[in-house]
Order: sequence, then structure tokens, then C-alpha cells
Amino acid sequence: MAASENRARILIVDDEVAYADVLSRRLKRRGYEVECACSGKGAVQKLRKGSFDVAIVDLKMEDLSGLEVLKIFRTLEPSMPVIMITGHGSEEAATAGKALGAFEYLGKPCDFTSLLEVIEKALTLGREKHD
Amino acid sequence: MKNNEDTYYKSLRRTITLIIVAVSLFPLFLLAAVAGYRFHTSYRGKVISHLQEIVEKHARQIDQFLLEKLAEIQTLATITPVEELTSSASLAEILYSFQKSFGGVYVDFGCVDSSGYQVAYAGPFHLARANYAKAEWFKKASAQPYFISDVFLGLRGLPHFIVAVQVPYKDSFLILRATINFLGFTRLVESVRVGETGRAFILNRQGEYQTAVSFQPKLEPKQILESLASKSADAPSGNLRAVNGASGASSVIYKEIDGTLYLARPLKKGNWFLIYEQNSRDAFSELYSARRFSIALVALSIITVIFIAWALSYKVVGRIEQVDREKEMLSEQVIQTGKLASLGELAAGVAHEINNPIAIMVEEAGWIEDLLPDIQAVAQSAGREDLITEIANTVHQIKTQGARCKDITQKLLSFARGSDARVQEVNVNDVIEDVVGVISQKAKYDRVTLKVECSNGLKPVFASPSELQQVLLNLINNALDAMDTQGGNLTIRTAQENGWVVITVADTGPGIPESVLPRIFDPFFTTKPVGRGTGLGLSICYGIVKRLGGEITVDSVVGQGTTFKVYLPVIQEKREGDNGGE
Repeated sequence: MAASENRARILIVDDEVAYADVLSRRLKRRGYEVECACSGKGAVQKLRKGSFDVAIVDLKMEDLSGLEVLKIFRTLEPSMPVIMITGHGSEEAATAGKALGAFEYLGKPCDFTSLLEVIEKALTLGREKHD
Repeated sequence: MKNNEDTYYKSLRRTITLIIVAVSLFPLFLLAAVAGYRFHTSYRGKVISHLQEIVEKHARQIDQFLLEKLAEIQTLATITPVEELTSSASLAEILYSFQKSFGGVYVDFGCVDSSGYQVAYAGPFHLARANYAKAEWFKKASAQPYFISDVFLGLRGLPHFIVAVQVPYKDSFLILRATINFLGFTRLVESVRVGETGRAFILNRQGEYQTAVSFQPKLEPKQILESLASKSADAPSGNLRAVNGASGASSVIYKEIDGTLYLARPLKKGNWFLIYEQNSRDAFSELYSARRFSIALVALSIITVIFIAWALSYKVVGRIEQVDREKEMLSEQVIQTGKLASLGELAAGVAHEINNPIAIMVEEAGWIEDLLPDIQAVAQSAGREDLITEIANTVHQIKTQGARCKDITQKLLSFARGSDARVQEVNVNDVIEDVVGVISQKAKYDRVTLKVECSNGLKPVFASPSELQQVLLNLINNALDAMDTQGGNLTIRTAQENGWVVITVADTGPGIPESVLPRIFDPFFTTKPVGRGTGLGLSICYGIVKRLGGEITVDSVVGQGTTFKVYLPVIQEKREGDNGGE
């Protein structure tokens, strides 16, 4: 699918370590390069250390909320598409996220195939922005 | 509870009725009593006064008659020579002359000497040379210049009374006496007649009749005199003369005894009494008639007041009852809304907490699925290919149940937030068309005949299309579940009624028992088998419809089916006018 010579780098930000872990495994199996951050602050540090093609950010976290992380990401890496994901399923949060520049919003548990499609679309968009 | 309410409203109705009746009737009774008493007293006074006047006038006539007769005899005695008075022939001529002039008033004339011997007589009886020396009237007539006797039988054996005058004769006297026609005098006395029962007669002081009576008075003559005498405080018992003497003016006294009215007036200087007797009912007939009319009027007023009080109390209590019910319904709605709100907060938290582990489970199952090709190689090498199918089935089941959990949490969340609550102008018929498109296949499988009757020209409503879809889907799914593949009819209808768009969802399922109906909008209340219903569908519908300013009602008959009606307010005219202008 997406795996190729230039493997796309995905950053998963979720304080549910188990979820980040399984998602990471599944994405890696499909050829993506995945890094996980279990807090908002950790995610920001990871982004400062390296660049990512797509970020999957949980909306509700303990230290920084997904929307705060999104704002920081938009500042640090404006071209990086951010996919918001949450178990809360709040329409208002999704609307707010999109208003802040989130690429897409998905509810937990999401259909993995749909997630892959969104990731691919995001990568395409990212590449277009770079070009 | 219902019985207590009924008792309360009955008691309230009774109290209001009693208060209105009491407040209205008290002044009426007071007025009727005072006015009635005043009228009664006044009218009675007038009637008695009128009768007193009549009796007084009549008594004067009688007195006048007696005085006239006395004066006539006195004149006769004065102007007639003694020789003629002592001659029966002359007396007969004079009698003839008197009878001619005065009618039949005089019956006979007699001239009696001082020893009581009748020296001359003219009249129809054989009384010439009669001796009255021992007669009572003679003794009294001898003692005074003139005398009018009481009625007595005398030598002729018939009731009569005489007028006697002394005529000086030599050293002694003669008495010229004239007998007055007793029946004529009686007719004169009885000539006063008022009403049907008014009659007059004369009694002397001993209570003896001085006129012929053709009727039986209610009381014995003596009793009448005693009763009338006791009427006057001034008068000693049995003596009415004092009354006459005291006043000098109208001395007619009256007394009502056992329903009979008696009036008395002294005659002949108190020796006789003119008694007038009349039945009270007859005397006061006009008064009693007016009283009957007044009583009928008061009775009619009482009936009217009672009827109005009853009708008014019925109406007022009906209104109070209605307001109480509305208040009660409002309270129930407030409680319901409160329940939904608190549940919504809880649901949102629970949904988030559950979604994360479910997501992990589903993804882990997906991971197993990802690993299946690797596992397959190992299983094949171990000769256990069957394990692959087993694992694949298990993974599929985990994902299916995960999806079901997600569905439940999504419902919980939409219950909490109302999902996509963006309100816009919506044509209800369009939403129904979308929903019908989704469920028509399911209805077909369930052998349910779907009838859609959409009214043309429906005004738009403010609603969220997705929310409205959710409401309709919930109601339709419930209806299909109720018919449970047994088949039936499902009717979806729209109509516009007085500013509301009404969506009707009616099924021919088994219906909802009455005991369950009040709870069907409660969160988590379900009659579906475990695992098939969350009990949130109708709560969500209720919450959404209430948020849109609408109402949702249910009408169900066991064995016949259930009808849900959703009322949504149409957009106001002003708004429509604004839109039309753009």
C-alpha cells in the first residue's frame, strides 16, 4: 500500500498506550514508519526532534488536549496533516479540530481500512504541499 | 392516587358551591325576611285599619239608627196629645203613618201607664191591656226618661227590642214604647260584608245576641267578649265599655283568635257591641297571595343560585384540574428532562471510557487478522489448518461485537449531545423519503407493507435533518421489531395541523400494554430481548423532539397496534415572509 522506498513517517499521539501500540504494529506491518507518544508533551518533543509525514492525535489526553497539540503541531510543522481521533466522538471537538486545520476526524474504534485510506489521502496532500 | 385527586376535586367543588350559595343566599334571605316582615306588618296594619274604619262607620250608622228611632218616638211623645197616646185607635193611625213614612221599621206601638198596664196598643199582636209591671224593660224604662232595651222574647214570644220614652201624665207618667222590626234591624247590621266570610252581629254585655245570626260564629259570644276585652290593657276583663270611653275616637278593637279576626265596637253607650268576624285567610287573602308569590320567587332564586353555583364551581374546578394536570405534566417533563440531562453527562463519560478499550480490542483483533498469514504457515506445518478458520471466526466475532459496542456508545453519545444538532429549515417529507429509502428493504424482509402518505404543501420546520432521521429511524425500527417478522402494515403519514407538522408512525403490531406506556420514554427502558435493545431509542427521540420545541405522543391498543405522533412547530409566518422577500 504505502510502504515503499521512502517510507512514510507517522506519529501516533495517544495516552492509551495499548491503543497506540497496536495501531503502531498494524501500520508498521503495512510498511509505515511509526513512532508513538503517550502524552501531548512527549509528542511535541518528538516532533521537535524529527519530522513526520502524518500525525494521528487523540483528542482527549491528560497533559495537553489533542486540540492544544494540534495548535502546536500547526506552528512547528504547518504542512504536516494531522488526523484527529477520539473515543469521545464530540461533533463540536471535530468541528473545532477542523477549524484549527486538522486533516480529518475519526471516532474510536475506527474502521482500520478507513484509517488507512485517510492516511493515504493525508500523505498525498502532504506531498502536494511539499511539491 | 387517582381516587384521592377525585375526592379533593369533589370536595373543592362542594366547598365552592357552598360558598357561592351561602354568599348569594344570605343577603337574599335577609332581604326576603326583612322586606317580607315589613310588608306583612304594613299590609296587615292596612287591612285591619280598613276593617276598623268599616266597622266604625257601620257602628255609627247603627248608633245613628237607634238615636233616630229614639228621637222619632221622643218627638211623637212630645207632640201627640196624651188622649191620642192612650187611644189604641189613634196609636194605630200613628203606627200606620210611621210605617208608611219609615217602611217596616216599627212593628207596634204601646202606651203603658206607670203601673205597667198597657192602656193602648197598636200592632199585629194581641197585647192590649197587657201588664208589664214585672217586665224587666218596664222597670228600667220607668227609671229613666228614655230607654232602648236589649232583645227579649216578651209576651209575644218572639225576639224583639223596644224604644221607650216617658211621657209626663198628671202626677205620674206614661211610657210610650215602640217595637223595632228585629229582622230589619238584623239586615241593617248584617249589611256590612267584606270578602267571603266577613259578617257582623251585635252582642249585649252579657254576651247575648242582639241580632239574628244565620251562621255559627267560631267562638261562643262570651268567649269573644272576654278575648276582646283582654286585648286592651286598659280594659278590665269583660268590660269593653272602658275602651270606648277612654279614647273617644275610633274605639274599634281587634283580635285574631284561631285564624279568625274579630273586631268589636261598643254601641248604645257600651251596652251593646258590634262584633265583626272574618276568617283571617279571607281578610288577608291578598297578603297571602303576595306572600306565596314572594316565596315562589325566592324559591326560584334559590334554585337559580344553586344551579349557577354548581355550574360555576364545576367550570372553575375543571379549570383548576386542567391547570393542575398541565402543571403535573410539566413537572414530569422537567423530571424527564433532568433525567435525560444527568444521564447524558454520564453517558458521555462512559462512552469515552468504553470506546478506548473497545478500540484496543478491535485493533488487537485486527492485528491477529494481520498475523493470520504467518499463523497459517505455522499451522500448516503443524497440520492444524483448522485453527486458522477458528481464529478467523473468533476475530470476526470480536470485530462484530466491537462494532456493536461502538453502536451502543454512539447512541449514548448522541443521546447526550443530540449528535448533529445543526438546525436548519427542513422539509419533513424529504427526510421521510430518505428514511423510507433506508428501511424499505428491511420492511420487505419482515413482510411488512409500508404505506407512505405524505401531505403536499407542508410548511418547513426547524430541525436537524440527521436528528429527524434518527427519530424516524428509531420509531420505524421499533415498529418493525414489534411486528417481529409476523408481517403487518406500517403507515408513515405527514400532515399539517394548526401550526404543527405532524408525523405519524403507525404499526399493526401487538401494541404496548397500558402499564408500560408511561415508561417507554424512560432511558434504558426496553421490552426487547436482552442484547437487542439498549432502551435508549425512544429517550433519544423524546430528547430530540423536545429540543426542537415539539411533542411526541403515543397511542396504543393491545392487539391492534401502536401509533406514535411527532409534532414539530412550523416556521412562523413572519419568517416565511422574510424568506419569500429574499
